[in-house]
Formats: sequence, structure tokens, C-alpha cells
Amino acid sequence: MPSFELDGRTYETDEDGYLINLDDWSQPVAGYLAVQESIEMSDNHWEVVNFLREYYEEYKIAPMIRILTKAIGKKLGKDKGNTKYLYDLYPGGPAKQACKIAGLPKPTGCV
Amino acid sequence: MADYDVPEIPEDIETPSLEPGTMGHLAPYPSVEKHMKPLGFPAAKVDNWQEEGIEKLGSMLEKYKSLQVFLDICVKCGACADKCHYYLGTKDPNNMPVARADLLRQVYRRYYTAAGKFAPGLVGAKDFDQETLDKWFTYYHQCSQCRRCSVFCPYGIDTAEITMAAREIMDAIGVGHKYTTEIVAKVHEVGNNLGIPKPALKGTLEFLEEDILETTGHDVRLPLDVEGADVLLVPPSADFFSEPHIMSLMGYAKVFHQAGISYTISSVASEAANFGMFIGSFEQKQKIAKRIAEQAQDLKVKRLVVGECGHAWRVAYSFWNTLNGPFDYLDPRYPAPQHICEFTHDLYQQGALTFDKEANDEYTVTMHDSCNVARASRMGPNPGGQFEIPRALIRATCNKYVEMDPETIREKTFCCGGGGGLLTDELMDLRIKGALPRVTALKRVMDQDGVNFLALICAICKAQFTKVLPMYGIPMDTVGGVHQLVSNAIQLGAKKGII
Repeated sequence: MPSFELDGRTYETDEDGYLINLDDWSQPVAGYLAVQESIEMSDNHWEVVNFLREYYEEYKIAPMIRILTKAIGKKLGKDKGNTKYLYDLYPGGPAKQACKIAGLPKPTGCV
Repeated sequence: MADYDVPEIPEDIETPSLEPGTMGHLAPYPSVEKHMKPLGFPAAKVDNWQEEGIEKLGSMLEKYKSLQVFLDICVKCGACADKCHYYLGTKDPNNMPVARADLLRQVYRRYYTAAGKFAPGLVGAKDFDQETLDKWFTYYHQCSQCRRCSVFCPYGIDTAEITMAAREIMDAIGVGHKYTTEIVAKVHEVGNNLGIPKPALKGTLEFLEEDILETTGHDVRLPLDVEGADVLLVPPSADFFSEPHIMSLMGYAKVFHQAGISYTISSVASEAANFGMFIGSFEQKQKIAKRIAEQAQDLKVKRLVVGECGHAWRVAYSFWNTLNGPFDYLDPRYPAPQHICEFTHDLYQQGALTFDKEANDEYTVTMHDSCNVARASRMGPNPGGQFEIPRALIRATCNKYVEMDPETIREKTFCCGGGGGLLTDELMDLRIKGALPRVTALKRVMDQDGVNFLALICAICKAQFTKVLPMYGIPMDTVGGVHQLVSNAIQLGAKKGII
């Protein structure tokens, strides 16, 4: 199984680098995953990650992208509550790249 | 993100010179125990895999006479060779349909024909060895089962069936494909490909109801698990999750609202897609489809309507009845099942819906036919309805519509590049290259006619193009659903109900 080392600990991931154990997630781990994705985490990046984690905690699935855009729009201002802004933050796609940094499993299906 | 080698878009679709082995390295992730076992497949490659694989092939030849015919009758005329989007995009000769099919044909000859048993070298027969198995795993996951090659085959060989057979044999010996088996396992566990549990689905639908109310002022419902509704709507689960898929879901909801027809979505059968077909497993296909038939009975609906999902429509239209039929408990006055495009188009023709075409005036639209709808099903009462009905619906909702090159649409449509269970990121290089023929035809109408909307009726096509078109420099929001156009144009509250 693929893995990475951080601060003396080993973290298991799937082939695409998504954490296997959701409890392994921490801010430094997210920071590490972001570097792998060439993402420089700003406060706004963290807002997305935090929302994804809160939603996942409750529903055991990542939110529909529209729910995410609306939540981000509420927090960061209406001009940022759209898909384009999310792709500006996470060019690899909010569903896949942001989920990875948030420590969520990779969405499966026709996505 | 990985860097990909994105081809230049040529002026016209060209048949490339051969470059053997360009895609030999690209196999998908193998499946693992936790995805294989729920499907009844061995957890890992079995010890006597050669013997088991050969035996499985033998049993399939008995069961599927078509498979034996397809393996016997190919005369290597080459008519299919330049018809595959993956060959055109990758230049790898193993992606010529005839060559890909030969990977199984060679093994068939070796063990199931007299000539192959005694003089294998003379008839192109090969042992089922590790090298062959590796090639199977690689190249049978570089076929999207789109069946374009079959349209041009003078014998009508269905290459998709050969791909399905090879995948079925591999699953039987414990050599599975992660993406597809993980998804099928999730359908059995949660009810849909994405793994959306009921509370999340409920929340999502309520969110959309609020969203529509905010933007339109109309109380459009997206009901869940309502017993006694007239219609059970079965969309692909991507319609509950992704852009632009959601826009079509909102379009369906508005149509039901405006027509005054009660409907429900089911949290158990919350997925139209049936990846059992992609892995070639009759048992899985039947089991996945069964949820829908059972829900139709449990919820006591009169009609079954399928959302914008290409291969789901093939399974529904062509196989549901034999898998879990007869649907004699549904209202016989309506087709069982019915495609959402046909459903909406019928209502429009009856005068139950009013469209304001100007609402889509920012778009010049073209339509990409999805393989499984175009070449493996029909829609409505007339031949060719699967082409005409979605187009009629687009024309009813838009002022500006143009067609792409006739060699690339209708029954000759090119696959989006992500069908057949290949919509997984480790195959991105293949997906990009496989999209090239479609992108070439699309780019031409974008340049010549100002096309800026690619109308789709398949969740895979939507996801694939959303990801791949931007790599070719085409904006992501070019991609949309037919019911997205309906959603924009439909006049809510103008007049309600069927006249």
C-alpha cells in the first residue's frame, strides 16, 4: 500500500494519494497533501477544506458542489460562491483535489 | 497535478500512422479484496488462473453463442481499424478493434479450435500466459465498449461483447479493475455509485428545492421515497453531486412540477447506472437492475422514467425486461421504461409545457450522441427516435442549433473517451487522447458556427468532457445537459398540467 512519512509518522494512502484512514488527518497532513498538489493554502483554501470536513462528518459523503459553492459564497462573499472560484482555488477540481487535502475519500462514480 | 501530453487539434479527423506499444504501459489500478468479494469474485488472482480462465471462456462460449460467432467469423478485412477513437487518438495498433479482439481470439483458437490445438503457430493461436493476461488487462481497459467499430463491420461483430467477455474472465480469476468493482460494491452497500447515503440525499434534494424556490419563486419539489407517486424517476447519482449534472436534475424536477405529474426519487434505487454491464457480468447487471424493479413495486408507482445516463438507458431499454421483467404492474399506456427526453418531449407536444427559447439565446448548441443511447437502444415509437427526440427537445428550447460533422454523430458518434468503465483518473492519458476525434469535430463547429454549448444526455460524457475539454483549451461551461436547456427555457406557472 502506498504511504508517505511526515514528522516521523507513516500515513497510508490509496494509489492516488488519498488518505486511507480519515482519522489520520491533521492540519500538517493537509499542508503536506497540498504541497503534493502544488497548492499554496490560503485562508480561503482552508475555508473549503473545513467545510468539506464538517459536511463529511455529518453525512459521510462530500457535498454536492452546489452546496459547497453556496456555503463558500456565504462565508467569503457572493462573488466567490461559484464553481469558477472553486476551480481557481483548486484547479484539480473541488470534488477531487479539495477532498484529497481535506482527507476525504476520493469520490467514485461518474464524476 | 500530473502533466499530460495533450494532442494538437487537427483540422480534420486523421488516421494516424501506427506507433506500436504507445499505450502498453497504461493499465488501470487492479482491484482488491474489499471490492472483489462483495461481487462474488475471488479476492486475488487464483493459483490455477490459467486453467480457470480457459474453463470460464469455455462456459461462456456455451452460454453466449454470439461470442463464439464473433470469435469465429472475423476475416481481418480492416473495416474497423480506423473507426476507434482510442486508436485514432493513441496510434497504438492494439487499439484497432480487430487487434484488440484478437487478444481474446488467439486464446480461443488455442484451446477451442482443432487447428489451434495442433498447430497454434499456423493459425495465430496463443497460450493464455502471463504476457497475454497483462495485455488483456491493459487493452481491454482501453475499449469503452462504444460499438462504433461494429457499425462498420460487414459481419456485425460486436467488439464490446468481446471486451465484456475478457473482463468477465479476468474477474472470474481474481484479476479485477478497481474503479468498476469498487463502484458496483458501493451500489450494493449504499444504493448508488457515489455512495450517497439517504440522509445526504435527502439534504441534497431539500437544498435544491430551496435553490429553485430562490431563483424562480416556484415551489418545485424533489420528493424522496414517496409511496404512491405516479412516476419513479431514476437518475444517475452524479445528478445529485456534480456540475453540470445537477442542472439537468433541476430541469427534470421543473418538468414534473409544470406537468403536474407526481413523482419520486428512491433512496434505495438512487442510481440509474449499471456498471454490471461494463464488467460483462450478467449476474451483477441483474442484481443492480433488480433494486429498481423492486422499488417500483414497493413504492407502487405506475411509470418508470430514466434520467440522462447513457449506458443506463441501454440497460433499461434493452435488458430490464429480460433481467427483471415483466413490468406488468406498471401502467400499460406508457413505455416501460421511458427516457426523460421522451417524457418531456411528449409533454411538450401535448401542450403541457411552454418554453421560452430566448432564455437560451446566449448559446449556440450542438449535440453529442452518447454511444449506448445511439447504438444500443431506441427512444419513443419510431426508429431513430434516440437521435430525433433529444434534438427535437433542444430545438424546442433553443434558437440556435447546429450539427457536427455527420460522420461523427448519430449512429457514427464518437465516444467521449471515458465510457465503458474507464472514467478513472489513472487512465487520464487515454481519456484525453480518446476524446480527440470528438474534440476535432466540436472545435470545427465552435470556430465555424460559434457553438458554445455541447448538449449531452449521459453522466459519463458530462464528467469526461468537463475534465478533458479544458485541457484542449475549450471552456468547461461548454458542457451541459439537454435538460439544462429545458430548465433554462421552461415557463413555470404559465399554464399548468396536461390539457
